[in-house]
Amino acid sequence: MSLTTTAMPDAGAATIEEAPQPPPRRRRRKRSERLALIVGAFILLPIALVWVYPFIWVFSSSLKSNAEIFGSLNPFTSTLHLDNYVRAWREADMGRYLLNTIFVTGMSIVISVTVNALLGYVLGRYTFPGKKVIYALLALVVFLPQGYTVIPIFDLIDSLGLSGSLWGITLAEAGGVSVIVVLLFAGYFAQLPKELEEAATMDGAGFLRIFAQVYLPLAKPVLATAVILQFMHAWNDFLLPLVLTLSQPDLRTLAVGIYSLQNQYFSDWGMMSAASTIALLPIIIVFIILQKYFIESFSGAVKG
Amino acid sequence: MTSTALSPPRRRAPARRVRARRGDLFWIYLFIIPGMVLTAMFVFYPMGASWYFSLTQWNGFSDAKSFVGLSNYRELLGDGMFWGSFGRSMVFVLIGVPLRVALALILAIVLNNIIRGRLSTFFRTVFFLPVMAAASVIGVVLTFVLSPSNGPIAFFLETTGLTDAPVEFLSDPHLALWSALLLHTWKNFGMTLIYWLAALQTVPSEYYEAAEVDGAGAVQQLIKITLPILIPFAVIIVILTANENLHAFALIQALTGGGPYYSSEVVEVYIFRTAFAPDAAGGVPRLGYASAAGCFFGLATLLIALLQAWALKLVADQRARLDR
Repeated sequence: MSLTTTAMPDAGAATIEEAPQPPPRRRRRKRSERLALIVGAFILLPIALVWVYPFIWVFSSSLKSNAEIFGSLNPFTSTLHLDNYVRAWREADMGRYLLNTIFVTGMSIVISVTVNALLGYVLGRYTFPGKKVIYALLALVVFLPQGYTVIPIFDLIDSLGLSGSLWGITLAEAGGVSVIVVLLFAGYFAQLPKELEEAATMDGAGFLRIFAQVYLPLAKPVLATAVILQFMHAWNDFLLPLVLTLSQPDLRTLAVGIYSLQNQYFSDWGMMSAASTIALLPIIIVFIILQKYFIESFSGAVKG
Repeated sequence: MTSTALSPPRRRAPARRVRARRGDLFWIYLFIIPGMVLTAMFVFYPMGASWYFSLTQWNGFSDAKSFVGLSNYRELLGDGMFWGSFGRSMVFVLIGVPLRVALALILAIVLNNIIRGRLSTFFRTVFFLPVMAAASVIGVVLTFVLSPSNGPIAFFLETTGLTDAPVEFLSDPHLALWSALLLHTWKNFGMTLIYWLAALQTVPSEYYEAAEVDGAGAVQQLIKITLPILIPFAVIIVILTANENLHAFALIQALTGGGPYYSSEVVEVYIFRTAFAPDAAGGVPRLGYASAAGCFFGLATLLIALLQAWALKLVADQRARLDR
């Protein structure tokens, strides 16, 4: 802007420059764009409503009596039936399942994020003998055929003597390294300046402190992705906790517990809705608050 | 990933890797050990063990295994139940994947090009919501919503006069698989949508500006610019979606348990029943046989993983071209 004004200080030239040459066309386009937006929104709005209907139904049913739920479309209720939650919490053990889920999810996040960050850090910042072997092993993780691993994992947890405790499920949910997350950490640490380490070394910091206090705090975007992916996985996972708790109902997570009570309480829709809400609402709230980070984490699978 | 203000230009990154000093080597290997131990325990050992188990006869965790060679695989090849479930999993891939990928692309283009700003974000959130829900929990909820007696959908169809008798979405053997497929599409649709939106955002906006100067209309821009750039992404998105559709266990187990009369039993549900819930089949748990089915199925999905690697390379090549 300043360049053009110095080059052409004459006011006439400036008006010519700002003179609306393409406007007639552009304005028409804008109007058609606005029309498309309105039409699009009006088509999408009812679809969106149907899309989330099961959620609206389950949240509203959790506050109704069974008589109000059966054969009704009205999501509103005149009296709130919080007793659904009381029954779900006490009779159906949802309180215990919620605590189990929080423990398994929380601890498995701590384990898996730590382990992946440590591995990504050394792969991204150092060359050392055996590095290629590690990369080859990571490739094997991706490309070896899986088989039906839940049977050996059950066997392993059992022979470690962990089948009676939540730690067995927690370890299994943390699982091996996540190749995507390790590569994200490695790529991120690789592009941080090495001068940071030199400065820290002069201040007398050792290897561990340089990692924990200098580099790790800079890797927040990758840390967020790692936490989010593990949170989603552990909170919602089904087959593994199902098999690990087949003979241990007390250790069930919410995803398993609600499935297992399906037959026992098949006619008590109010209570089952309350139980489902206890399982669904926390992760949905977290998602809505942090959705920018969630979407970014999942997009990574495509953008590489 | 966005880089911080501190980070140097990307090009120089490889040169900045530090050659380890002797004292550091101890720490480096210490940092590697936890990851490798956990991976050995929960990835490599289970893989190898399940291949070994597939060669044994083993009825329950308390029982002893006996080595039977390839006989599980021979039986599997002639097992109509297995192939029936395999066919249903193929339906999930061959019909479910094109359906989801195409619909998600249309919505992604609408949300990227027509509806913008906050409204676009709102719709993205709405369509992504089912992805966040636990598949088993949403499966249980849907059995209520679709219940032919007392369910809201049945009530709606009846009061509006759309149907005379309640539709048995999940209990009619002719309908159950298709209901499960549509519900699985609904549940995971948002993920494919996010993939497409990410792909659309890689199209440089200068391309559109240049096309506009040349007088190209919206449709022409779509055909000449957007779609060609999306093709390599399409390969990845198809593969990721196919992989998801092969692993529909949680939703189907909670929705129908594979029933009625095995009509919605996909491979993973079949394997689970063989290994852990043999009552319906009238027998003992067959962990060896289930492992064989799992390994066989794993080989089939491996093909998909190989395709994925190839597709990722395509995208990397294209990005290099765009960056130039």
